[in-house]
Amino acid sequence: MLPEQVRDSERSWWMPLACVLLAIAFLFGAMVGPAGPDWWRVPAELLNRLPFIDISSGATELQSTVLWQIRMPRVVLAGIVGAMLSIAGASYQGVFRNPLVDPYLLGVAAGAGLGATVIIVAGRASSSSWPIDPLPIAAFAGGLVAVMITYSVGAAFGAAKSSATLVLAGVAVTSLATAIQTFMLQKNTDVVRQVYSWILGRLSSATWHDVRLVLPYVIVSTGVLLWHRRLLDVLRVGDDEAQSLGARVDRIRLTVVIAATLGTAAVVSVSGLIGFVGIVVPHLVRLLAGSSYRRILPLTVLLGAAFLIVADIPGRILSDPAETPIGVVTAFLGAPFFIIVLRSRQGASR
Amino acid sequence: MTSLAFVDVSVKYGSSTAVQGFTDTVRPGEWLCLIGPNGAGKSSLLRSAAGLVKHEGGILVDGSPLHLRSSRRRAALVAHVPQSPSMPDDMTAAEYVLLGRNPYVGYFGSETKHDRMMVARVIERLDLEHFANRRLGTLSGGERQRLVIARALAQEAPIMLLDEPTSALDIGHQQQALELVDSLRREHGFTVVSAMHDLTLAGLYSDRLALLHQGHCVATGPAEQVLKAETLSEFYGVSVSVHQEPDGTVVVVPRRTVPLA
Repeated sequence: MLPEQVRDSERSWWMPLACVLLAIAFLFGAMVGPAGPDWWRVPAELLNRLPFIDISSGATELQSTVLWQIRMPRVVLAGIVGAMLSIAGASYQGVFRNPLVDPYLLGVAAGAGLGATVIIVAGRASSSSWPIDPLPIAAFAGGLVAVMITYSVGAAFGAAKSSATLVLAGVAVTSLATAIQTFMLQKNTDVVRQVYSWILGRLSSATWHDVRLVLPYVIVSTGVLLWHRRLLDVLRVGDDEAQSLGARVDRIRLTVVIAATLGTAAVVSVSGLIGFVGIVVPHLVRLLAGSSYRRILPLTVLLGAAFLIVADIPGRILSDPAETPIGVVTAFLGAPFFIIVLRSRQGASR
Repeated sequence: MTSLAFVDVSVKYGSSTAVQGFTDTVRPGEWLCLIGPNGAGKSSLLRSAAGLVKHEGGILVDGSPLHLRSSRRRAALVAHVPQSPSMPDDMTAAEYVLLGRNPYVGYFGSETKHDRMMVARVIERLDLEHFANRRLGTLSGGERQRLVIARALAQEAPIMLLDEPTSALDIGHQQQALELVDSLRREHGFTVVSAMHDLTLAGLYSDRLALLHQGHCVATGPAEQVLKAETLSEFYGVSVSVHQEPDGTVVVVPRRTVPLA
């Protein structure tokens, strides 16, 4: 047997295909929407921005502004959020050896929602004169604090021995945060609408500022997770065996959980809660390209970005001019897809 | 060739003691087989040497304490084959054997050409080529057992710990697996410590037996000294007759205690 055959080369064509899909999604996302240039002018307009290329797209100044200041940040942010949620989900599924977990499970979503609610209830309007919007910061902090509580509760009661303990702690923290949030909303019914529009997720108001805000976290987090892709394959044989193979399981799990949580909290703070992405995309990738995390992690980044860019499109058209929240769209796409995934996994497992 | 010494090793789970004061030196290239009833502490002893459970006392590899080594270095010295290895259904056989190279790959590194060559050689040596790219879920019990041994072999560790390596196999595959371990031991000079239930096979393949009972080592020595009807009856509570074949093989045969009607 040749050493080259040991690393299976089958399906290596998924990587270029995923790049092509992302490029198509990106272009498509830039073309669709109200008040921009005609769709066929968009490619020229995009190319025109590249250095050393000078093509006249024929778009008016206003159309060009709509494309660059409204549509593009939205498409780019959707890509970043989709990539982050997907790779975080895949990584969680790897370290917990449970195909149904993602960072939302440890309380990131509920904590971020609570943080946002606190700010909105406290009177976001009064902060309009502040130099920065406190909402994303509160959501970010809420998400992190929730996961820290989950982790310390889990660690106190034996999460080192079984990851189920940690997941159960996450369920408890999520319930608590949701309960506090509901209580606050009951006391302040006037802001319910505002809070729910945040919770359901929105990319419509995305700006380049949002992109700059989350990008550093996402780059660091994604980088750390991608670095761990080989070790996630080692963890697939279970904690004990991975340890007997020389892997320091606890350290790997902690690092991956922190990286994935940090990145998720960052994107949640600007995008609101967008469900299903972290479960659907990794499953889709597994069905297409097999179960090795060396392939899964890079592919979830590309396909997760493409998925959310595409999922963001119906929201712009469906109830034009008002927008359908993207969290609703991903749930509509995600829930049936999830059932199909469960069914096909059942068929494939034996 | 590497020796493995246990010095007064105890393993406790909470308040219950699994192994109490086990002391033994496994000589380089020797095969020591741990026998004893369920719960006697065989697996715990193996797991302590693999660094999977906390233990008191010292475990020395060639005279130097194992717990001072980094986890990767330890894995390069001691390979552990668990009783029921978890084998992800959708992992390929070659990917599985490649995991054995983990001790040689840095935290952020990836396998080198040398690692893949080692794996290819192991796969060839154990005649696994024809299912190297099959998924683990599609393999038979015998094939899986050979793969687990292949992974341990890819680990290139001079000490091999085998926990019930043949418990899931039929008699033909049991023999095949044990002969494989024996021939690999002679080829590479491995030191082997195994836990086994089949006393005849244990005596047949190992150089020496250690009988554990409730965490204590109650007898050690070659098969003909340890496998005695009265000893086995005392510690297993079993009724057996023990024969010796002309070639020296000790055969343990269970006897009915309720007479045939």
